[in-house]
Amino acid sequence: MMKRFSRDQMAAHVAHDIPEGAYVNLGIGLPTLVANHLPRDREILLHSENGLLGMGPAPAANAQDPDLINASKQPVTLLAGGAYFHHADSFAMMRGGHLDFCVLGAFQVSAKGDLANWHTGAAGAIPAVGGAMDLAVGAKNVYVMMEHQTKSGQSKITAQCTYPITAVECVNRIYTDLAVIDVTAHGLLVLAIVDGLAFHDLERLTGVALINATAAAAA
Amino acid sequence: MINKIVASAAEAVADIQHGATVMIGGFGTAGMPSELIDALIAQGARDLTIVNNNAGNAETGLAALLKLKRVRKIICSFPRQTDSYVFDALYHAGEIELELVPQGNLAERIRAAGAGIGAFFTPTGYGTQLAEGKETRLIDGRHYVLEYPIRADIALIKAHRGDRWGNLVYRKTARNFGPIMASAAKCTIAQVREVVALGELDPEVIVTPGIFVQRIVQTAGTATLSRPQAVA
Repeated sequence: MMKRFSRDQMAAHVAHDIPEGAYVNLGIGLPTLVANHLPRDREILLHSENGLLGMGPAPAANAQDPDLINASKQPVTLLAGGAYFHHADSFAMMRGGHLDFCVLGAFQVSAKGDLANWHTGAAGAIPAVGGAMDLAVGAKNVYVMMEHQTKSGQSKITAQCTYPITAVECVNRIYTDLAVIDVTAHGLLVLAIVDGLAFHDLERLTGVALINATAAAAA
Repeated sequence: MINKIVASAAEAVADIQHGATVMIGGFGTAGMPSELIDALIAQGARDLTIVNNNAGNAETGLAALLKLKRVRKIICSFPRQTDSYVFDALYHAGEIELELVPQGNLAERIRAAGAGIGAFFTPTGYGTQLAEGKETRLIDGRHYVLEYPIRADIALIKAHRGDRWGNLVYRKTARNFGPIMASAAKCTIAQVREVVALGELDPEVIVTPGIFVQRIVQTAGTATLSRPQAVA
């Protein structure tokens, strides 16, 4: 059985790479786990597109406020120093390049960094996009967290996206359960691989050309 | 004397016409003007175009309006939710038109309408299905899509406190679409938890100046939490 990074390990990898002072939007699903792993000695401000900056953790059950929710419509809190604003201001933060990082889930990422995460395109599926396209074009760094393969074993990193795309050439880094990979003009740079998996096996599973940039390769 | 306060939600929505375009504030239940929506349901206007971030939850509020087949078209960013089954059934039956708009484009198109902007170029959606057939332009090395304003006949919004001139303040994340929708409609109707005397709202913190608001109605409404959504 191949070793894989757990969801919490993936979240910890992302959290480790977010520096002091960053403004960050965590997408729905897997990326929400990143909040639990942000180092406590760094001041990192979380943005939620429904109009708050400086989002804090979930409140106690008896302290929930229906007027204070996140983009997943879950009750949250506001840190001291946090702020509320309307939707046009919130998306100005997103589209205007003010957010340092967004972390998004994905169905697929292409070798060029095209992102597909909003619609399966299946017949009869009701499309819903929310703020995904705005985040993908607007954040300074777009990080994706996803399983490396589909349940049927197909790579989610592909030469081209077969699902409808969310944005063109927008992804900077991919965190999967097998590896951490940078998307660059020169190709896909593998920064880390799960223990026990050889680079050439990762490349075979991925199905597109990878460049070995791990510490082991440099040694 | 300017007095925008009306006695009831029913009176506030009485003249909404068949075929009107109606913006409805709220993100989930936060900021949703439930009493005004209920009044619109009772009022009977049909063939409506609705602008909202979502397409209704369970069978109350907007979903109840949809269920009565009073809505011809909905313009929104995120219709599919765990409890959007009323919309889902209408959509699959071909009984409602959907214009799906990325949330930031939705907000900016509403803002543009309120600000008198004719159209604008946005990076959001470039190269995707949602920009098919739309004019694009390369500006300073970046691709943009031309998007047009969304104007409305009516906006139904919810604020926290207001006065008889129509000045509004909001509460926490219930602000969301309220301020921009207020500016984009010919007639904005705000339900507030509390009407206060002129001068009681600190002018430094008024979010929506009264020029954007035509009617105010005090309602008892308090939001409840909706089921958290599991979405991609």
